[in-house]
Amino acid sequence: MNGDMAQLFWTFVISIIMLIASGLYCLLVTRNLVRSLIGLELLTKAVTLLFVVIGYITGQQALIQAIVITMIVIEVVVIVVAGGVILSVYRNYESLDVRNLRNLKG
Amino acid sequence: MVIAAVWAVMDRSLLKSAVGLAIISIIITIFMFKFDSPLAAVFELSVCTGLITVIFLSTIALTKPKTHQEILALSKDRLRRYGYLPIIVILCGIASLGLLSMPIGLKLLYRINEADVRNVLWNLRHLDLFGQIIVLLAGGFGAVILFKEIQDNEW
Repeated sequence: MNGDMAQLFWTFVISIIMLIASGLYCLLVTRNLVRSLIGLELLTKAVTLLFVVIGYITGQQALIQAIVITMIVIEVVVIVVAGGVILSVYRNYESLDVRNLRNLKG
Repeated sequence: MVIAAVWAVMDRSLLKSAVGLAIISIIITIFMFKFDSPLAAVFELSVCTGLITVIFLSTIALTKPKTHQEILALSKDRLRRYGYLPIIVILCGIASLGLLSMPIGLKLLYRINEADVRNVLWNLRHLDLFGQIIVLLAGGFGAVILFKEIQDNEW
């Protein structure tokens, strides 16, 4: 792998690190259930981008595309189920505040 | 992309945050096309940009938004909580600038000579397909149960 490829890879890695930082910060700080789902989405997107860049650099685009498609399917299912759970929480508590879920602790 | 991510996290309106997420998806789609992954790009564009944004928008629409007074009351607290995010993101970027001069230490465990993604999915990673079907069914049943419960209680 030549120097240009290495520079391209690390440039993308830096932006991926920044994406992961914003996603993690969102998950840690937010009290809104929908926004925490957005933080989770940001993390997934960062990992997807990392996969695509590695696939390009190693020349294994076909394998990486298969993995990315699987990831996208799982991502959608997680979002749909989490959306349903959020609506159920809203129905019970009339609020999207994550602190309401403290009542669930045993 | 990073600016869109920070905007998606920091903006008061959840609708604008969902739009920010869709913008990130579009940018990732462009990168996928540039990096010779067209099928994954089409999936990303149709599913992540389209479907997931629609799911977010419907979830937001089905919940009652805060009033203007409530938003104003919470804005000071929000600024205190989210104000550090741009600083943290910029610091992460600066701290990882040293990576630029490093060589890539990637070693392939095994190399696949197949260039067509359809052959990879059907011949080499068919277990993934079974997994996808199971996950889709589980998600479908989960969504049906959750939304059915909401309909039954007529909220």
